[in-house]
Amino acid sequence: MLLIHCPYCEEDRSELEFRWAGEAHIARPENISAISDEEFAEFFFLRNNEKGLTYERWRHIHGCGRFFNAARDTVSDRFLMTYKAGMPKQPVPETGASEKTVETYEATEGDAR
Amino acid sequence: MSASSNSGAFRIKGAGRLTPARTARFTFDGKSFTALEGDTVASALLAHGVHLLGRSFKYHRPRGILSAGPEEPNALIDVSRDAARRQPNVRATVQEVFDGAKIVSQNRWPSLKFDVGAINNLFSPFFAAGFYYKTFMWPREAWVKVYEPFIRRAAGLGVAPTEEDPDHYANRYAHCDVLIAGAGVAGLTAALSAAATGASVFLVDEQPEVGGALHYDAATMIDGQNGYDWAQASAAKLKAMPNVTVLTRTTVFGYYNHGFLGLVERVTDHVAKPDKSSPRERLWQVRAKKVVLATGSIERHMVFANNDRPGIMLASAARTFLNHHGVAVGRNVGVYTAHDSAYEAAFDLRRAGVSIAAIVDNRADPSEALLAEARALGISVLSGHSVTDTGGRLRISSMTVARNGGGNARRIAVDALIISAGWTPSVHLFSQSRGKLRFDDVNQRFLPDIYAQDCVSIGGCNGTDDLAELIDEAIAAGGGSVALSGENRFEWTGGMIGAAEGAGPDTTVKAFVDFQHDVTAKDIRLAVREGMHSIEHIKRFTTNGMASDQGKLSNMHGLAIAAEMLDRPIPKVGLTTFRAPYTPVTYGTLVGHSRGELFDPARKTPMHVLETAEGAEFEDVGNWKRAWYYPKRGEDMLAAVNRECRTVREVAGVFNGSTLGKIEVVGPDAAQFLNLLYTNAWDSLKPGKSRYGIMTREDGFVYDDGVVGRLAEDRFHVTTTTGGAPRVLHHMEDYLQTEFPHLRVWLTSTTEQWAVIAVQGPKAREIIQPFVEGVDLSNEAFPHMSVSECSVMGVPARLFRVSFTGELGFELNVPADYGPAVWKAIWERAESMGACLYGTETMHVLRAEKGYIIVGQDTDGTVTPDDAGLGWAVSSKKLDFVGIRGLKRPDLVRENRKQLVGLLTKDPALVLEEGGQIVADPNQAKPMTMLGHVTSAYWSENCGRSIALALVAGGRSRIGETLYVPLKDRTIEVEVTDMVFFDKQGGRIHG
Repeated sequence: MLLIHCPYCEEDRSELEFRWAGEAHIARPENISAISDEEFAEFFFLRNNEKGLTYERWRHIHGCGRFFNAARDTVSDRFLMTYKAGMPKQPVPETGASEKTVETYEATEGDAR
Repeated sequence: MSASSNSGAFRIKGAGRLTPARTARFTFDGKSFTALEGDTVASALLAHGVHLLGRSFKYHRPRGILSAGPEEPNALIDVSRDAARRQPNVRATVQEVFDGAKIVSQNRWPSLKFDVGAINNLFSPFFAAGFYYKTFMWPREAWVKVYEPFIRRAAGLGVAPTEEDPDHYANRYAHCDVLIAGAGVAGLTAALSAAATGASVFLVDEQPEVGGALHYDAATMIDGQNGYDWAQASAAKLKAMPNVTVLTRTTVFGYYNHGFLGLVERVTDHVAKPDKSSPRERLWQVRAKKVVLATGSIERHMVFANNDRPGIMLASAARTFLNHHGVAVGRNVGVYTAHDSAYEAAFDLRRAGVSIAAIVDNRADPSEALLAEARALGISVLSGHSVTDTGGRLRISSMTVARNGGGNARRIAVDALIISAGWTPSVHLFSQSRGKLRFDDVNQRFLPDIYAQDCVSIGGCNGTDDLAELIDEAIAAGGGSVALSGENRFEWTGGMIGAAEGAGPDTTVKAFVDFQHDVTAKDIRLAVREGMHSIEHIKRFTTNGMASDQGKLSNMHGLAIAAEMLDRPIPKVGLTTFRAPYTPVTYGTLVGHSRGELFDPARKTPMHVLETAEGAEFEDVGNWKRAWYYPKRGEDMLAAVNRECRTVREVAGVFNGSTLGKIEVVGPDAAQFLNLLYTNAWDSLKPGKSRYGIMTREDGFVYDDGVVGRLAEDRFHVTTTTGGAPRVLHHMEDYLQTEFPHLRVWLTSTTEQWAVIAVQGPKAREIIQPFVEGVDLSNEAFPHMSVSECSVMGVPARLFRVSFTGELGFELNVPADYGPAVWKAIWERAESMGACLYGTETMHVLRAEKGYIIVGQDTDGTVTPDDAGLGWAVSSKKLDFVGIRGLKRPDLVRENRKQLVGLLTKDPALVLEEGGQIVADPNQAKPMTMLGHVTSAYWSENCGRSIALALVAGGRSRIGETLYVPLKDRTIEVEVTDMVFFDKQGGRIHG
C-alpha cells in the first residue's frame, strides 16, 4: 500500500485515503466550444500512460477532499513529489535510489532470447 | 512405562528442550498418540516412528517429513478441533500439537498405506510435464464433462471445510521505526542494537520461540552461554522494554510498497481450549520506517533417484527433531551430503546413541576437521561417493551407494536418510520489496544486491556465513551498539545445486526437484527439450515451484538443471519472482471482521424499521436497502405492484425517497457553477422554483440527472440519482477545485441529512396539508416545480412540489432524525384516506408510464440528452458547460443515432425482456442487424397492457413502424411509439 504525502494536510497518509484522478496538467481549453475535433480528442481522449516518470492527479478523498498533483515513477511506484493543484509542473528532485527494475517476466524473456 | 516412553519410542532421554511430564493427546488417522507440549505434529509422529504422512500430488507416492519448518513441501495434513474448525493443507512441521487435535492424512483413498491413486505412479510416463496441455486438448466438450471433473478429483490437495468458520479474526495497524523479520542470532542482535537507541522496534518470528537456527545448532555459544538459552534471555529482555514489541508465531508474509508489511499472528492454533474472546489469527498491517531482514536460509535436498521416500529428510530437520524435540529420526541413519552441515547432524545423532550407517559425501575432499571428528565418533565417511538410489516401500529401508563416475554400487541398510545440498538464502521478502538480486558464483546462490526500499538484509539471508561477521552486521543494522561475541564449532562449506550423480540427463530415474508438485529433474529437461527456454516458461510447463511452498526447496535445483540443459550461466536463465504471501495465509485472516453483515455494510434509511413493520420487501440499490414493494396477505409481487400502481393514480401513495443523492451548492457563484456543470441554464431559475437538470460529461453523454431547487440567490438544493451521489459530488469537486477555482462555491453532501417522504396522487395535497406550516399549497401559490423552506409538524423542512409519477406530488425533506415521526404521521392520515405505501417497483412502472427516464437504466453512457428525448434541457444560449464541445462531435450529431422511444407489444399481455434486442426483419440471416434494445419493460395496470422503453436506431423517425424482438423460443412483434403511455396531455401533474 502506497504512502502518499498530501500537500494540503502536509502529512504522509495511507493510500486508502486517496483516489487516483488521472493524468495531471491537462487544462480544459478556455475556448472549448471553439476547438477542433482533433484538439478535443487530444484534450479528452489521449493520455500518455508513460512508463517511468508520470505526472498524475490524486484526491485526498477520505481526508481533506482536495485534488493535488503528484510525480510518480510507475516502475518503482515511488512518489517523487506531490504539490498543490494549480501549480505548474514541478521538476523532479534527484533521488539516491536506483530506478533499475527487478527481474520481471519481460526481462527474463529478453535474456532467454 | 515412563512419561518419556509414552510420548514415543524414538524419544531420546535427556535430549531436547521439551518437558517429559507435560503431555498432550492427539489422533492421526483415528489412531491415538501422546505428544509432549511443544511438539509439532511432525516431531510427535516421528517420536512414535511414524514417517508416512501423506501421498504425493500427481503420482500418489508415499511421502514423509522432509523438513522441520515452514518450507515443508510433503507433510501436509488436515487439522481439526471439531467439524467446523478444520483446516486442510497444514504443514505438519509447523502445526503444534494441542490436546484433542484430530489430524488426518490427505490425498489418499481408501487408506494411507493402501492408496488406489498410486496406480498413477505406474502410468507416470503418461503424466510427464505438460501432460495436461497435451492430453486434454480435444474434443472440446470433453473438458466440461470428463477431463475437468477427473483432474479436479485426482489433483486436489486436501478437502476444503464445508461448514462456516465459527472463529473470528482480528486486524491491527501499527507503525514502527524498525521492523526485524526473523529472530535468530542476527535478528535478535539487531533488535538489541536498535532497541538500545530508543527506536520503536518490532521483532517478528514465525516459530513459537525465538532462536531460529539455534533450535538445531546446539553447539553455538553466544556471549559465553548456550545459544538457544541466550536467545530466550535476550527475548525476555527485549519484551520488557517499552519500545519493543516481540511477536512470535507470527509470519511476515508480505513486504509491500513504502515499508508496508503484512504479518499474520497465529493466536490460538496451538491452544487446546482457546479463550472464546481470542481471535484465531490476527492480521498486522505495519508501516515500518526501516526493515531489517534476518530471515536466514533454508537447507536444500539432494536431487537423486527415489529421493522422496518417507524417512528421507533434511539434515537440519533431523537435528531440530533431536536437539529441540528430543526425537531421533531413526535408529540406523544414513547421511548423504554435499555440505558440511550434515556432518554436525550426524555427530549429534551419534552422540545421542543413534548409529550412523555412513556419511556419503559427494565431494572428494571434505575438511580434515570434520573427518577427524567423524573418525573419533566411529562414523565411516565415503567421500567422492553418491547415493544413487533408495529402497523401501512405505519408508526407506536402504540406500544404494556408488563411487562417483561409476564403480561398484552397494546397498546399505538404513531406516532414515538425512540429506543436505547446502543452504539457500531466504531472499523472499527482499525480492517482494522489489530489490534486485545478484548471483554469487562461488557459493552458487542469489543474494540481495540493489535495494528498492529502506531495508537491509543481515545474516543467512545476506549470505553472511561467519558468525562474528554476522553479529557485527546485525549490530550495525540495528543502529546502536551492543557488545556480543559468538562461537561455533565448525565453519560450514560446500553445497551444490542441480541433479546429483546418477540423476543426470542420460537417466530416466525419478529424482524429485519439487516434491509438492511431483516435478522431477527429467520433467525440467523435457520442458527445455520442448522449447521452453525462459525459467518462467519452464516453471509454468512443469509447475516447478508453483505449489503452496512456492519452491522454497526446488527453485535453485530447477534453475540449475535448466541452465545445464540450456548450456547457459544461471543468472542468464533467471530466477522467477517471489510473491507474497511467504507462506499460505488463511482467508479468515485477510478478511478479518469484514464478513457477514460487516462484509459490505448495508445503508438503511431512517424509515427502514417502519417500512419493515409494514411488510416491505427490499431491493439492493448500491449499498442501500430500498423498499421494493409492500405485499399484503396473499399478494405476490405483481399483485402488490398492480395495486400500488392503481392506488397512486386513483388516490395517492407514500414513497420513501431518502436515498436520493443530495448536494447543497452554496455561494455567490453557485448559479454560475451549475451553469457550467449542467446542460440547463440556471441563472433564470428564480428562488422558490426548481428545475429538472441534466449533467453531461465532457464527451457529451448523459452522466446524471435530478431536480435542482433554488432556495435563495446563493443556495441550491441539488438532487442526484441514488447510485450517482458520490461520483457526482466527486465530479463537481473536481471541476470546482481544478478548472473553475475562481468560483466562490461550496459543496456539501446532504444525502443522509434529509429524510425524503414523497406523497403522490390526486389526494396528495389533502394528505400533507395539515402537517405543513407556512406554505399555501394551492395550485396558484405553489404550482408544479415549486420549492419552499417551511415547517412540517414543527420541524424545519424543505417542501418540493415535484412528481416522478405524473401525478400531483410533493416531496417533504425533513432532518433525518425526524423522518420516522413525520413518516408515521403522514402515513397514518394517508392510510385513512385510502392511499397506499409504494416501493421502487411501482415507482419504476409509474415513471415509465409517463416516459420519465432512469439514468443508468434507459441510458448507458453512450446516450446524449437528445437521444433520450431531453434535447430541450440543453441550453443553446450558454457559452460554456461541461459537454458543450463533446455534443458537437460528428458521431453525436449524425443521423440515425439510437434514440429512446416507446414500444407497445402487438399482444398487450406480453411483457418484453429488458435487454431484448430489436430487429427490423426477424427472418434475416444470423447474425442479424440489431437496431437497439429494450431498456425498460413492465406490465402497466393503469394502461391495462404491457409497456416498454427502448433505444432504437433512428427511433423517433420509426414511430408507427413494426419491429421485432427475437427471443430464444419466440419472436415478439412490437410497434414503435412515443414515450408517454399515460395521461399524454399531462394534466394530472397540475391537479
